[in-house]
Parts: sequence; C-alpha cells; structure tokens
Amino acid sequence: MLKLGSMEKEKTDLLKEKANGIRKDIVTMVHRANSGHVGGSLGATDLIVALYYQIMKHRPSQPDWNERDRFILSKGHCTPVIYAVLADCGYFPKSELETFRRPGSHLQGHPYQPKTPGIEACTGTLGLGISTGVGMALGAKLRGDNHYYYILCGDGEIQEGQAWEAAMFANKYKLDNVIGFVDRNYLQTDGNSEDIMPLDPLASKWESFGWKTYTMDGHNFEQIVDTVELAQKDTQPVMIIANTTKGKGVSFMENEVNWHGTPPTKDDFENAIKELENGI
Amino acid sequence: MEFKHTRQGYVDGLLELAEEYPELLVLDADVAKATKTVDFEAAYPKRFFNCGVQEQNMLSVAAGLALEGYIPFASTFGVFATCRAGDQLRNSIAYPKLNVKVGATHCGITTGGDGASHQANEDIAIVRSLPNMTILVPGDYEEAKQATIAAAKFVGPVYLRFGRDKYPLIPEIHGGFTIGKAKVLKQGNDISIITTGIMVDEGLKAANSLESEGVSVRLIHMPTVKPIDKEVVLNAAKETKGIVTAEEHSIIGGLGEAVAGIVAEEAPCMVHRIGMQDVFGESGQAGELMDKFGFRAKNIIEKARKIMRN
Repeated sequence: MLKLGSMEKEKTDLLKEKANGIRKDIVTMVHRANSGHVGGSLGATDLIVALYYQIMKHRPSQPDWNERDRFILSKGHCTPVIYAVLADCGYFPKSELETFRRPGSHLQGHPYQPKTPGIEACTGTLGLGISTGVGMALGAKLRGDNHYYYILCGDGEIQEGQAWEAAMFANKYKLDNVIGFVDRNYLQTDGNSEDIMPLDPLASKWESFGWKTYTMDGHNFEQIVDTVELAQKDTQPVMIIANTTKGKGVSFMENEVNWHGTPPTKDDFENAIKELENGI
Repeated sequence: MEFKHTRQGYVDGLLELAEEYPELLVLDADVAKATKTVDFEAAYPKRFFNCGVQEQNMLSVAAGLALEGYIPFASTFGVFATCRAGDQLRNSIAYPKLNVKVGATHCGITTGGDGASHQANEDIAIVRSLPNMTILVPGDYEEAKQATIAAAKFVGPVYLRFGRDKYPLIPEIHGGFTIGKAKVLKQGNDISIITTGIMVDEGLKAANSLESEGVSVRLIHMPTVKPIDKEVVLNAAKETKGIVTAEEHSIIGGLGEAVAGIVAEEAPCMVHRIGMQDVFGESGQAGELMDKFGFRAKNIIEKARKIMRN
C-alpha cells in the first residue's frame, strides 16, 4: 500500500508550478521548431519533474558527478520535456531551447549524449535506452556505487523485443539499482496500444521476468514520490507502471493520438499557452 | 606451416590485456565456446558476462558499460553483430562514438558448414558505412592478438573481424601493428595486390608465383580497412599498372570498393576485386568454398594478368 499525502502541500504546489512552466516550454519548443513530439512529452512531464526536483541526486553544475542518479529517456522522442527540465535546472541556458531541432544545435530531435549536458545516453530507436540503462547499472554495481538508474520507457516502446531482453538481463544480474517506468498512456503512433499490439496484463509480464512492479498515477506527485521511495528499498529491479494521459494539461491534446508527433499550429499554440496559463 | 584460429588470437589478446586494464570486460551472447571467450571467463569470471542469445541487448549493454568508464569487448558472430544488432551498433555505439569493441567471429566464407545464414560477407560494408567506426581485419592468429591489444589501447568504437577456421601463420605480417597503417610486404612496380584478413596468404602465393614469372609485385596487406591507409593505396595506383584487391567478403562495400573509391578520385587505374560476387555462400568445408567462390591465388593471378594485358 502506498502511503499517500506524505509530501507537504507547499512542495506539491511547487512541483505543479514547475510542471506547468515545463509544459509551456514543451508546447513552445515544438511549435517553434514546427517539429517534435508534444503529446508524450506533456504526458511524461509530471513524472520527470518529480524526479529532477524532488527525487534524484544530481548537480546541474557538474553533469558528470559520479554519485548522481542517472535518468535515461528510453522513449527518446520526448526530448522536449527533458530539454525543458534540464535547461530549467541549469544544465544549459534556457535560451538554447530555441534551437531545438535546428541545424547546429546540441538539442537534437532524439537525445545525443555526447553533446547535451545532462543527457545520459543516445536513445530514440526504441528499446535501446532500457538496455543501455541496465548496462550502466551493471557497471555501477561492479564498482559498488549506490546511485539509481531511472529509465523511462514508452508503452508502445516495450513492444520491442529488446526491452524484454533487457528485462531478462536485469533479473539475471539482480540490478536493484534500476527503477524503470512505463509511461502507460495506451496511445502510440498508430492508435491504441491494445489494438496495435496488446500489452496488458502489463504488470504481470514484468513480474514474470523477475521485476517488482508498482502501479501509480503518473500525474500525482505524492504517489510518484512515495512509490519511488518504496522502489528504492527493493532488492530486485523495479518497473513502475505510471498511468498517464498523453497530452496532459492541454485539453484538446489529451488522449488524442494525433498529438503524438504533430506540431501545434499558431492557433493551437496560442490556445495551449492560454490554457496552461489559466491552469494553475 | 602452422595453422591457428584468429578467434584464439582475439581471446589470447584479451588475456594479455586483462591485468593491465582492470576496466576491460568481456561480453558474449551464448557463443563463448565458439568465440573462444570461454577462456577469458575461466580466468576472470567476474569480468565476463554471458548475455544469452541477446545480441541486441548485449551491444546496448556494452554501450552502457562504456558510458560508465569500462572497456567492453562484446563478442558474437559477425552476422549477429552487424545484421541482427545493426541498430544497436549504429545508434548505441557508433553514433555517440563510445569506447566499445565488437569482437566478431565466424566472418567470411570460411565459416563453412553452417552455410550462408552464418557467413558474414557484408559486415565490413555495413560497419564501413557507419561514421566513427574503426575496422580491423587481421590476417592470422598473431596479428589477431596484436589487433585486439591495439583496439583496447585505442579510444573509440572498433569492429574486430575474425574467421572460424584455422589459418596459416604468416610471419611476414607479424609485428608493428598500427591502426590505420598498411603493411607493404613487397615493393614491386608492375602490379599491386592489396589484401585484407586471411587473404594475405593467397596474396603472398599469388605474388610469389607472379614473381617467378618475372612480374614485379607490390603486395600490400591492409589489416585496417577503416580508416584505410590512403597514401599506400595512392602510391600503388601511381607506381604500378593497376590493383587487384582480395578480401573474404562481398565485393560490395568492402576493401575493394574502398580502394576503388580512393583511386577513382585521385589516381585512376584499373581495380579488380576478388571477393563474393554479390551472391550468398553455401555449406561446405572452408577450402572447398574458397575454391568454389574464387578466393585462391590463381584467381588473383588471373585478375593481375588481365590488368597487365590491358
């Protein structure tokens, strides 16, 4: 059982405020670039905000600090949310968000670890991130390091066989420093995941691969923080099913599959910003 | 003449490096007996990770280990490393230029009995087209060992290519292994023969035979296919009548095309390519297949004569 409500109201209000600002950045970036993935980014915002502003040990001024917790965006198309968060944390100047998906920018469409401070791995062809993450986690275990590897997968992503290869591997090497998330919004590029290639029962799949699972509301900060706290104590790899709404925070984008990879027009952009400004 | 496995050279190289490089790790994908990494496992069990039949995961895991400062050597057959796990090789390793070494065995037609499904004849072409990659194709056991040691000392992704069979030891190519440097074995001026990998043996036989007929041969062994030793290739193009390339690989995308590309731009001359002629292989003994698909000294000589007649 989750112990709910353990976070102070002030803290959750602060996280809500952060998330709202990040959502505005996401919509702005994708609109300006006229390219990018807005729906999945908005849906994953609360989880990533909770990780970077409440849960993870990290130093924006020292991105290679060895004791940092690592976050790997395995659903690599959702760069708008991670770039907005990294910029807001101070990993690079916020003005650089304007260069997203432009020639010469370090802010590539999908994460490019060598160039972007705070990005831990090249991901985006799906399934790579979780494998890379468990490889990193194995490396840390060999050294006796104590930090965590938070890996965010899309639900469509884990239709990839490689994700399940990684699942077996993490179980074999007892990688209890891995805490994964499935961003469970039931939508992928071509439609509903259960129509395209069914994933349910999702938690029991992971359990049968030797992972501990939790299911939580991926938009509820108390639940996110409490669930991760529980997961940190587990002695096996953990997969947290985060139930989310694709497009969260902008009414006309919520649960609409067409907002997976379509950039907002000028009107959509203005309406989205208006909603987000009134939303808090 | 002594025959030894190039894949044994790989693992003997790893064993030689192990003490000096504690961050060196070895991964395999359920072919440890075949790749010979089982010897490393026996000596350093805590630094060996059998990933099971998971080549894709293995290459991305290797990328993760490299990100954490290790030097992972991921070992499997060439077809699996480049075709099955092509995305992982490209996006997890080559794109971020991570310090991962891929030890690919069972490459080329001499893989033999397993047949076309397991004979990597396109792996060099695939890896050559990936930016940031270095490709090493040693010619015998000893050079395989030296290439492995050089790969460990080099920072960046390296594809190491080995065969399945036992191949003759070629004393002419021992010593002085440097990534990116060709070994000029004969300095003749009539015709050039450029080989990579185990084809150095047939190249030597061809060169000796031509020399006995009074032909002056430039014999070049090219254990680094990428980055290729451009200067040596250009000199051969300028100073001899033409070039025969020989590789245990498709004529598409490998050494032959690399050489042809260089000379076409800067010093045009005739280039004939010995290799798989855009066909799949089949089951058979290594020697039988080399005969059938034209990987012999006589095939090299035939091409050399064709150029000289021209």
